[in-house]
Amino acid sequence: MIPPAKANLDLIIKTDRNINQKHRIKNTIIGWSFVILATIMICTFYFYPMARALILSLQSGSGTNLTFVGLRNYARLFSDPTFLITVKNTVIYLIIQVPIMIILALFLAVLLNNPKLKLRGFFRTAIFLPCVTSLVAYSVIFKYLFSQDGLINVMLMKFSLISEPINWLADPFWAKVTIIIALTWRWTGYNMIFYLSALQNIDHSIYEAAKIDGASPVQQFFKITIPLLKPMILFTSITSTIGTLQLFDEVMNITQGGPGNATMTISQYIYNLSFKYTPDFGYAATVSYAIVIMIVFFSIIQFKVAGDKNE
Amino acid sequence: MSNLKSVFNYTVLTIVSIVSVFPFFWMVVSATNKSVEVTKGRLLPGNHFMENFRNLLDSTNLVNALMNSAKIAIITTLLAMLVSSLAGYGFEVFKSKTKDFVFNFLLLSMMIPFAALMVPLFRMFGTISQIFPGIGIDTMTAVILPTVTTAFLIFFFRQSTKMFPKEIIEAGRIDGLSEWGIFFKLYVPTMKTTYAAAAIITFMSSWNSYLWPLVILQSPENQTVPLLISNLGSSYSPDFGMIMTAIVIATLPTALIFFFMQKHFVAGMLGSVK
Repeated sequence: MIPPAKANLDLIIKTDRNINQKHRIKNTIIGWSFVILATIMICTFYFYPMARALILSLQSGSGTNLTFVGLRNYARLFSDPTFLITVKNTVIYLIIQVPIMIILALFLAVLLNNPKLKLRGFFRTAIFLPCVTSLVAYSVIFKYLFSQDGLINVMLMKFSLISEPINWLADPFWAKVTIIIALTWRWTGYNMIFYLSALQNIDHSIYEAAKIDGASPVQQFFKITIPLLKPMILFTSITSTIGTLQLFDEVMNITQGGPGNATMTISQYIYNLSFKYTPDFGYAATVSYAIVIMIVFFSIIQFKVAGDKNE
Repeated sequence: MSNLKSVFNYTVLTIVSIVSVFPFFWMVVSATNKSVEVTKGRLLPGNHFMENFRNLLDSTNLVNALMNSAKIAIITTLLAMLVSSLAGYGFEVFKSKTKDFVFNFLLLSMMIPFAALMVPLFRMFGTISQIFPGIGIDTMTAVILPTVTTAFLIFFFRQSTKMFPKEIIEAGRIDGLSEWGIFFKLYVPTMKTTYAAAAIITFMSSWNSYLWPLVILQSPENQTVPLLISNLGSSYSPDFGMIMTAIVIATLPTALIFFFMQKHFVAGMLGSVK
């Protein structure tokens, strides 16, 4: 015989458990209903196409006439001169432009962070302004600025810095320089804003203490500013790296990849393989996996470099 | 010594500011000059803006392109706000181990370059075209759908939801509001600034997007503003005054948004790391 009170308690616990369980299931359903649409969209428009691209990269043929060729597309990569040139170009942009831009952005952020500086708001807005232009619009502007009879040559000649116009866009070397200048113009202010916000979160008393201890401004910069900004530097260098590896709009609109293939990027090569030359979707998918691998590779390197310095 | 330093600082900042602003200045000035004057390097404003503007209207379908871009950018922004804020809120308020895993998985999509998606997406919409021609290749739907949901926006809304007081949610539940009611009646109005920042970023990137519209849109009547400018820029005998006028008009919406909502814009950019 169970005492009535205990039976009652059992019943309460039981129904409570039931309600709890019902509640939990209801909560789970509601929770998922909030996130399900976004999850489906990302799977449909990112992960599913990625999986399709993997299958596609094992096929070859023109247009929709595709047959399985195994890993032949991947083997073709290493003997495809155009692909190798686009990789080389992309890596050149990456290792020259990204460090220049990040150092410049960091330098400007430190200058602008000085609380005694007048016209701070003006300088900040001016330097950030390039970020509001569309990539296509600014590319077209740069194309004309740097054309053979463009304003840049006119001004350089006026100030006697050069004796004859530089053929910016038709020379393999100068065309790359133009792309790098354009990228630096567009993105330095963007990165600077990130550093500026991080600098403003640093407690000023740290610098005061360092000053009392006799640290020079240069020492303060390398011993305090740089270490405290490390997460932000890592963040900006990874986003810039991913951005550079995907470079398309600028090169397409400034040089069209030329002269020859001297400025062509991997993204543009994928575009050409799919929509400009006789479409070879299979090989284009293979090349696109090369970008994915490069992004993963460079991101790991950057994490490693940042991680080692932490210890 | 410190005087010398501050002279150096101001000089550097002034030079960098001039370099940053100069292309804008040149673009605006050139839009008011004749093509010949632009090539001659004239840096003073002229009075040919209306003429350039009329040439632009006559030789291109600018109004149509502006309408297309506006339509795409507005619909993308509205849908993106709805889908991403629901998800960001959902992942933060209804946490569970599985949901955390799904969230981290979705974040991986940020590493996928668009160039890798372009071909399979194009083929996907090609297949859709055969069944539903209205949402396949060369349609606005095809431009909009793949860009609506980004892991970045979901992440941004999840981070911002952390700032939303949990007491408000509890109060809503006690008052008998449903979970959806709490979201739409309490969360959305409270998070206005978060929505503003996210909307600005989304509108701008949609207004300026180039590669995907270039791939998926084919007929001239579907052209967007960046496609139009790119075509003008690649013409053999460019009318510089006219092209600069087109670029000024294309840049105007985003520049205005930037000036009037500078604070939100910067907040939106930084939202990802705070």
